[in-house]
Amino acid sequence: MTTTPIPFDPRTLRAPHPVPGAPDNWRRFFTFNTDAKVIGIQYIALALLFLLVGGLLAMIMRGELITPPADLVDPSVYNGLYTMHGTVMLFLFLFPILNGFNNLLIPPMIGAPDMAFPRLNALAFWMFPVFGVVLMASFLVPGGPASSGWWAYPPLSTQNPLGLLINGQFLWILAVAISGVSSILGAVNFCTTIIRMRAPGMGWFRMPIFCWTALAAQTIQLAGLPVLTAGAVMLLFDLSFGTSFFQPEGGGDPMLYQHFFWFYSHPAVYVMVLPVFGFFSEIFPVYARKPLFGYHVVAIASFGIVFLSLIVWVHHMFTSGTPQWMRHVFMVTTMLIAVPTGIKVFAWLATLWRGKLWLTTAMLFAMGGVFNFIFAGITGIMLATVPVDVHVGNTYFVVGHFHTVIFSTITFGVYAAIYHWFAKFTGRMLYEGLGKVHFVLTFVGAQLNFLPMHWAGLMGMPRRVASYDPEFALANVLASLGAFLLGVAMIPFLLNLVSSWVRGARAPANPWQAIGLEWLLPSPPPAENFEHDVPTVISGPYGYGLGHPLVADQERYEARLKEG
Amino acid sequence: MADSLFSTPAALDPTAGPQGSGAAGSPEQGPGHGSGEHAHGGYNLTGFVIFLASESLIFAALFAAYIVLKGSAPLWLPAGVEGLEVREPLINTIVLVSSSGVAWLAERALHRRQLVRFRLWWLLTMAMGTWFVVGQAREWLGLPFGLGDGVFGACFYLLTGFHGLHVITGVLLMALMLWRSFRPGNYDGGEAGVTSVGLFWHFVDVIWIVLFALLYLWQGR
Repeated sequence: MTTTPIPFDPRTLRAPHPVPGAPDNWRRFFTFNTDAKVIGIQYIALALLFLLVGGLLAMIMRGELITPPADLVDPSVYNGLYTMHGTVMLFLFLFPILNGFNNLLIPPMIGAPDMAFPRLNALAFWMFPVFGVVLMASFLVPGGPASSGWWAYPPLSTQNPLGLLINGQFLWILAVAISGVSSILGAVNFCTTIIRMRAPGMGWFRMPIFCWTALAAQTIQLAGLPVLTAGAVMLLFDLSFGTSFFQPEGGGDPMLYQHFFWFYSHPAVYVMVLPVFGFFSEIFPVYARKPLFGYHVVAIASFGIVFLSLIVWVHHMFTSGTPQWMRHVFMVTTMLIAVPTGIKVFAWLATLWRGKLWLTTAMLFAMGGVFNFIFAGITGIMLATVPVDVHVGNTYFVVGHFHTVIFSTITFGVYAAIYHWFAKFTGRMLYEGLGKVHFVLTFVGAQLNFLPMHWAGLMGMPRRVASYDPEFALANVLASLGAFLLGVAMIPFLLNLVSSWVRGARAPANPWQAIGLEWLLPSPPPAENFEHDVPTVISGPYGYGLGHPLVADQERYEARLKEG
Repeated sequence: MADSLFSTPAALDPTAGPQGSGAAGSPEQGPGHGSGEHAHGGYNLTGFVIFLASESLIFAALFAAYIVLKGSAPLWLPAGVEGLEVREPLINTIVLVSSSGVAWLAERALHRRQLVRFRLWWLLTMAMGTWFVVGQAREWLGLPFGLGDGVFGACFYLLTGFHGLHVITGVLLMALMLWRSFRPGNYDGGEAGVTSVGLFWHFVDVIWIVLFALLYLWQGR
């Protein structure tokens, strides 16, 4: 009997199956790759890089604010710092990193092999480095970067004292516009994938909550971004081509820009927070070992938030000379948002109630995030109230509230998601010890940074100033120490990510004993997920302790994982 | 753009024809992987409709800006400008709007596999679109005001220019579809490309009707 020689190819020796998240063959992360799992990691890695940039800008600002006079940087430089800090954190950190999670999680969670339009997906990703470079380049042009705040209100934002065509504000608008195009292309892709590519048997109400919230968030992108784009185009024309859409001296209306800006940029906060609500809803049942409380209501509440988010934007303009009737209407709609978000918070608390809590790093970050979110929700209701807002609008109270949402809730949720799904998509376990150090430093740092801001704001400290009255000194010293602590907290985090990815323990397919289609795949999942063998879903998600299988033939899928 | 990006690479997708687009999913199979086929293409029409819905909101925002500015601006028409001439643009409008019907005839011909007839109607649609763009350009050249002449001038050029870009895009997409119709077996995987471009064309026409009403018919204040 003759033996057939086994074809030998040294290139296939290291990775017999191309596995997107594995650390070998890292060069593919620098190519135009159409695999959603490669794109997801590309998004997340680059977004974390920009988190460091935005964090560095924040720490320079807090270094400036640790003493009352403007002594570290020039006040005009300070204007550029806060403008770029806000823009980098929103457009280069949070939006992209959440798009990264959409790419990683949506296809496996619904049993799809990839996104609906893989090439469009890669194109949308590669716009991200482009607008990242455009925005960073604005530090190098004469006159420095945009300095009119991340709102870019005209007529301040349409000042062009040097008279150059390429100026910081021009590059800012260009970057925001490319980011908008990228986000719309992404939203088309995510929505089509969720609507059309679910596994057999996965009806709408068998879909994981993360997919609900991602669909809701992307719906807001589709509805809101075009409006921001229209406003940005008009702003660009005013800045560069001498029109007067927003210039009162030419018959224009500066308030119109504020309407356009906030029509998108208020819902934009929900674009970021909705997927994080999805993370919380995925993570709590796993580590509390209980089904998600009120699944249907939590799912529908996502779209309640979408609807309400589109009719609240004027609450950012209570002090912009808005007519009194508008203030009343938008105060009421804004407060109504507390209903669907409150429903979600109570559902999470009820999920935790009498659960057998497993305090992993992911769970700690999720619980910390909800804790902070409740606080931010309360200050949000305060700010929605016109008589309060008239006094604390444009003070540090708003800054404190906003950062408690953006950092202490959304970024906590992002961290929780990283600790929860890292093992799934890289095939390596993160070190829990370093993770807990990261959590403690981040939690303490966040409270120290953002709580004193509320106090300073209630005392009347205005935002966006490089120097301030010495009576606010204590609050600012505390906040600055908190900011530096948050900077220190990045060290164990990045150390953990890099060292675990390179030489961490091999992850089993389902390290957290979680229920969900993505946990029926090996870690990391192969390029096309289930390929031809897509399981048929026979029950709803989060069946913890209920004892019924999620998919038909579940034993076969589980046995296959053990073999691998 | 619509066709090459909104599609799965043919090499990865054995079910797709050379156009890269399967029939846009049959409803009876429900979402997803129908009869176990290995396809992640064929969602082109869904994606394109979502894109158009989003795109329409840019126009909605621009219309809203026009209405608000027209209602509030202290000075509307630039000095020396009485209003816009309606006759020529009206002829242009009739040509553009009726081209939607011609595009529909082309699509119907394609459904019946009458390829030559499809190409003729499709070419006529393109010609009517080009007529519109040329007419628009001639109007622009003859106007006594520019982009910088007050809010009216800015609004007029921004709105007609942005719409004109869409008309040009539509004509270019139709040219692409026409070129592809000569490739053998082009419609084996369905006609999602032509259907999408047809939808885009109807969309551009409907936007123009609103735009024409706002700019030319509603001239008083």
